[in-house]
Amino acid sequence: MVALFLWLSLALMPVQLQAADINPIRFVLPNGLTVLVLEQHALPLVQIHALIKAGSAQDPAEKAGLANLVASLLDEGTGSRTAKQIADQIEFVGGTLAAQASEDFTTASARVLKKDTELGFELLADILRRPAFPEAELKRVRSEILGEIATEKDDPGQVAAKVFNELVFEEHPYRWPVNGTEATVPKITGRDILIFFLRQYRPNQTILTIVGDITVEQARQLVTKHFGSWKQGASPVRTARTPRPLEKPVVRLIEKDLTQSTIMLGHVGISRTNPDFYAVTVMNYILGAGGFSSRLMDSIRDNQGLAYGVGSHFEANLMPGAFFISLQTRNETANQAIAGVLTELNGMRNAPVTDEELADAKAYLIGSFPLRLDTTAKLAEVLSLVEFYGLGLDYFTQYPRWIERVTKEDVLRVAKQYLRPSNYALVVVGNLAKAKVTQKP
Amino acid sequence: MSLSRWIRTPLLVLPLVLFLWPGTPVQASTVRESILANGMKVLLVEVPKAPVVTVQIWYRVGSRNEVMGRAGLSHMLEHMMFKGTERYPKGTFSRTIRKNGGNDNAFTSQDYTAYFENLAADRVELGLELEADRLRGLLLDEKEFQLEREVVKEERRLRTEDDPQAFLVESLFAQAFLMHPYHWPVIGWFPDLNAMTREDLKRHYDSYYVPNNATLLVVGDFKADALLPTITRLFEPIPNKPVPPPPAVTEPEQRGERRIIVKREAQVPFVMAGYRMPNYTHEDSCPLTILESILSNGKSSRLYRSLVYEQKIALAVGGEYSLLQADPELFYLYAVVKPGQKVERVEHALYRELARLQATLPTAQELQRAKNQVEASYIFGQDSNFRQAMLLGQAETVGAGWRHVEQFLERIQRVTAEDVQRVARRYFVEEARTVGILIPTPPPPKSAAQGSPQS
Repeated sequence: MVALFLWLSLALMPVQLQAADINPIRFVLPNGLTVLVLEQHALPLVQIHALIKAGSAQDPAEKAGLANLVASLLDEGTGSRTAKQIADQIEFVGGTLAAQASEDFTTASARVLKKDTELGFELLADILRRPAFPEAELKRVRSEILGEIATEKDDPGQVAAKVFNELVFEEHPYRWPVNGTEATVPKITGRDILIFFLRQYRPNQTILTIVGDITVEQARQLVTKHFGSWKQGASPVRTARTPRPLEKPVVRLIEKDLTQSTIMLGHVGISRTNPDFYAVTVMNYILGAGGFSSRLMDSIRDNQGLAYGVGSHFEANLMPGAFFISLQTRNETANQAIAGVLTELNGMRNAPVTDEELADAKAYLIGSFPLRLDTTAKLAEVLSLVEFYGLGLDYFTQYPRWIERVTKEDVLRVAKQYLRPSNYALVVVGNLAKAKVTQKP
Repeated sequence: MSLSRWIRTPLLVLPLVLFLWPGTPVQASTVRESILANGMKVLLVEVPKAPVVTVQIWYRVGSRNEVMGRAGLSHMLEHMMFKGTERYPKGTFSRTIRKNGGNDNAFTSQDYTAYFENLAADRVELGLELEADRLRGLLLDEKEFQLEREVVKEERRLRTEDDPQAFLVESLFAQAFLMHPYHWPVIGWFPDLNAMTREDLKRHYDSYYVPNNATLLVVGDFKADALLPTITRLFEPIPNKPVPPPPAVTEPEQRGERRIIVKREAQVPFVMAGYRMPNYTHEDSCPLTILESILSNGKSSRLYRSLVYEQKIALAVGGEYSLLQADPELFYLYAVVKPGQKVERVEHALYRELARLQATLPTAQELQRAKNQVEASYIFGQDSNFRQAMLLGQAETVGAGWRHVEQFLERIQRVTAEDVQRVARRYFVEEARTVGILIPTPPPPKSAAQGSPQS
């Protein structure tokens, strides 16, 4: 009993509103390149992370996959290096060079040991500024992407997500997969790639974040040397569009001879810059993002044994992204799981969360904040997103306060506003004869 | 192979390999080793760079310690470790960690079961307290076990039954190891999961969850001098007990290639070739680590360059070797066949790269690159407390000992081109090879599939 008492006193100790001690330096080059530098001298390594403000949302519908193909070709040859030379140079020093497109932006980063910092800058600048898009590499990479799209059909989660996005994002650029489709990728030409690159890859459209064993002064010199002469371009016009909400439940059932049904249910969610983002974060934690503390995990897994994993997600992008709940359960229990999901969705809207739920959610979100920033790679990524979404460099001190401010009333309000258990898209991939889904397509 | 309680794994679910073995550390963190009176080993590493800490406890028990008919027992027990003790009932473990801003989970492999909490530095005691509690007071409630068995079966469906490549990997291991417990999968077979009883779990728990069979690691922002008394207070009172001996089975020498074919609905063929290999106890494990890097690490590696870049016959290629196994396991190569390409051609292209390594010495450039990659990956790994703790925990638990890490760093640097050629010739022989091939079949005809929703 004594031990128990002691332990409780520890467990109930309030989580401090401790701000992560993260103070990056920000400056802008004359060509418009935004630079963030965070010194971290514990280990001899440097992470250089570029974010280009263009992604698949900028793809023409008939050429979905364009931004991804451009990103995939960055390290496949430049004006002065072949694809092989780039790989040889970065890998000889044990470093990595990687580029990836997503919906709203593309990232390209170099990770090197301190002694190779100059090389990291040189290679990253080369692939961002002077990619050559050689025809032979384009042909090969395009066929690899088509192969990847084909193999995604073996993953029921991917199959479900693609159909789900088509239902939710009708006539909206988030509709298509970032890597495109079997119909669109073959249509992308070298010319499309070059035009996209020349228009989008510009210093005034780029955020460069450097984290690691480097001083601000060294970083400034290296940035100026490798990116200073990068020519500014016209700022492309961006029209943010809000996807149209569904007006009734839409159901798609996809036959696949599997032991489990993969279930995805949801609708349009919120953007990252929505002022309700923090209230939604708390609400969603309680609903299904809080692991074993969440209602969905408690109900679907722990009390009914229906699934290994279940969770809810808000993809808070530049424009409102998807809200969805996903799980896998054996075909025979698909209806039971769907019913369980709808019960929890309605539950969030029908009654306020308990004081304990609210307190636990806030304590986790605030207390775990430093864990999300505990490596150089994570820091570089988060810093660049803070800049991209315009959250302000005081984000690291403000985040705990924004979460702390959320009330039970806020949670109920955002649940009513952003969860729509009567107008959702439902996708089931599995053995339909066994699943016997009661919702009619 | 490693399974965690609910972490999603990437598309290619293959046996888990930590980074390559470390290279020369620039400044290896200082590990402070203590052994409690009951035999529990404690490894503490102070890393003050961020106000966070990872607590990990590793038990020397995995599917390797199971018996025929009860495959998956260790992993099932891992799940039950979250189902409550007398002091902290069902559901309180993860909730308590979370409301203190932490994350927790666990993973099971062939050789070990490990639990962890990642916490803000001022919460380190909470993780320790909870781990000490469930090391002795587990409830193993019958009703909770019945429910959790269904969860584990869902996990098996998700990871293996409905994933063609993972299904092939499982079949390949069952062929490569006929007698050794590496024969069965960490998650277990359905009949074994169904046959398992609470008594089986209780026996497993009582046998292996003892302090003298565990290693506790704390890596992060704390003071070892201040923390060690807390650890001693929490763990030292737990009585020790002899642990059952490890499996005495030595897998006999393989006498000829074995082939396993899996036919099921899939988009593209997948080919995999596993060769029996020594583990860390053998001096060849260092040249094999370098060989692995030359063969499969990055776009400049031999497999990528030949199969993906030049011949354009594969979508993805890889090679994996982990010397951190308790018993000798496999070095395997794999390739995802590009649509339209012949699987036979891809299979032979894999062998051709091995033959090249047997016939000609790797270049000085390749050798140095491999060493640099090993070194850099060690330093990058240190960026994460969690990964640092994992490396030490794994080295300790498979029997190599955490000090081996540093010795390997030095030995890796001494590997010569001739060493690489020698091990290539010695181990990559057809007689010791087990090949697995996934042959896609078309989906069942539409008419058969349509019987559904309303009927």
